[in-house]
Amino acid sequence: MAVPREGIYGLLAEFETPTALVHAAKAAHDAGWRRLDCYAPYPLEEAAEVIGFHKNRVPLLTLVGGLMGLCAMFSLETWISTLAYPLNIAGRPTYSWPAFVVPAYEWTILFAGLSAAFGMLALNGLPSLYHPLFNAPNFRSSATVDKFFLCLEATDPKFDRAETKNFLEGFHPNSVVEVEY
Amino acid sequence: MATKDFTTEDPRLDPATGELRVLAPGQSFKSVTAKIADIVLTPHTSLGWLMLFSIGGSVATMLLVAVTWLFLKGVGIWAITQPVAWGFAIINFVWWIGIGHAGTLISAILLLFKQGWRNSINRFAEAMTIFAVVCAGLFPLIHVGRPWLAYWLFPYPNTMNVWPQFRSPLLWDVFAVSTYATISVVFWYVGLVPDFGTMRDRTKSKFGQYIYGMLSLGWRGSVRHWMRYETASLLLAGLATPLVLSVHTVISFDFAVAILPGWHTTIFPPYFVAGAVYSGFAMVLTLAIPLRKVYHLEGLVTDRHIDNMGKVMLATGGIVAYGYGMEVFMAWYSASHWELFMMWNRMFGPMGWSYWVLIACNIAIPLTTLWVRKWRTNLTFMFVMSLIVNTGMWFERFVIVVTSLYRDFLPSSWGTYRATKWDYMTYAGTFGLFLSLFLLFIRFVPMIPMHEIKMMLPTAKVKPEAVEAGD
Repeated sequence: MAVPREGIYGLLAEFETPTALVHAAKAAHDAGWRRLDCYAPYPLEEAAEVIGFHKNRVPLLTLVGGLMGLCAMFSLETWISTLAYPLNIAGRPTYSWPAFVVPAYEWTILFAGLSAAFGMLALNGLPSLYHPLFNAPNFRSSATVDKFFLCLEATDPKFDRAETKNFLEGFHPNSVVEVEY
Repeated sequence: MATKDFTTEDPRLDPATGELRVLAPGQSFKSVTAKIADIVLTPHTSLGWLMLFSIGGSVATMLLVAVTWLFLKGVGIWAITQPVAWGFAIINFVWWIGIGHAGTLISAILLLFKQGWRNSINRFAEAMTIFAVVCAGLFPLIHVGRPWLAYWLFPYPNTMNVWPQFRSPLLWDVFAVSTYATISVVFWYVGLVPDFGTMRDRTKSKFGQYIYGMLSLGWRGSVRHWMRYETASLLLAGLATPLVLSVHTVISFDFAVAILPGWHTTIFPPYFVAGAVYSGFAMVLTLAIPLRKVYHLEGLVTDRHIDNMGKVMLATGGIVAYGYGMEVFMAWYSASHWELFMMWNRMFGPMGWSYWVLIACNIAIPLTTLWVRKWRTNLTFMFVMSLIVNTGMWFERFVIVVTSLYRDFLPSSWGTYRATKWDYMTYAGTFGLFLSLFLLFIRFVPMIPMHEIKMMLPTAKVKPEAVEAGD
């Protein structure tokens, strides 16, 4: 992997308000930073927008999952009722497609829902047992509570310990800390 | 008209809209987190919780006894026989699953309609859904006669070379209810992941950090993660909405596809769904009113919530009333002797009392009083009303099942139905199971979604002009 496993992961700036975070993130993105991320205790759409994250592939995964569920159940029902175990139920045709719609519908939803949930987790790289950001004590205690963070990562070509620290301090954050691996 | 009950200085009113406030003023990110998380993180378990849990556990033990005896003796210990071959098991199944539907309605449909007020109540309403589905699912499982073979319901390759019959609504039910249970659990858990992250970061105990850390899956609140998370939540809501409608529709097919007078009717699907939501909101009120009192959550679950739930009950109660009216009308309009007799027998036969209990509890009492906002925000009134409506909805299923069956086409085969002590013990026992599960939930899991409440706070908004100006 290209990601270094020693040294520092990045520089982490802590902000008091969502507005301050979005302002800093926008400035960093405009300055050419690409390996950066924002952290907030609730979904902060503006922050994702300014760092250039507009679209995600969860809807596509959900659609594919749903179609798979639909096809799987409908073909299973058809195969069972016409070939594997044909039963005469009140003289109705063995291929009674209207009756097959209901379980096929349920499985469409089942597969689509599971794809949405597990697809979202997979795209997010979760579950993960370790992440370097949790080495920063202020991140641990307040990232999921009430503070807003911007992390400029060491893998970005623009990264330089002193210069980046100065750059971040220009946005008047509560603090800027180095995050170790 | 009802607005006159409140003056403009009333602190419960939002001056901007004139509506009741969704959240009490003066909350911050920190106070919301502390309020919700500390209910769980306190090392002190209250005496009241322990007492309720022991009651719940004892009643659940009674369920265990009843079910053990059932497994030893068979379903003959219940009152079901000819002509009433479906009894308490199906009544309780439909009743419990109907209660569950309000949780999905709150978490999914109201999310799609951007009803922000739902955020305070959606977590525990969804927990209620899951526990209600557990209680509901128990009944068909123990009713199949040989429950250890219940897996025969699913299509799987077996040495008997036998496959299920896909033209039966009872098999549709298997798929509808199992999908519903799975999606409800997944939706609930996805909603919990970021809050488990907060719990992990807040708890002082090593063990708590370990457990909540595992449950949070390593959530760290990256905005990229949040965006995918929001998309997945919306998609799950969009999927759960048709699902919840289909589940009760399929359950109504169990009846409506039969040719029995009283069951064979096309009004069943919408009227079952509305009834489910009606009883479910009543159950949410039964749980929410004591919860907010005990845990001092009046700032988060406000009068607005109680008021809105009353309005939903009023609307769904109206649909249910239309359903009852249409059943009576069709019995007459069909000009079918059997339909007419069934309806007459349902109202004035030996079990006619149950029909009038249903009319009183579901229509006469709630639909005349819930119009008044002063009463809709009166906690005692709403609590009593929620119990009345749930009693009424139980009787609705009793009336549909029993009074359609006990006097069918041939007078020589008429009979009656009298539940046995095992029926009552099983039904009462599921309350113990529900109560125990719900108490465990409020002790170990944050019962209000913290990140969704934070989104609603005024400080959560980004000021666009300040972003540009660099303030």
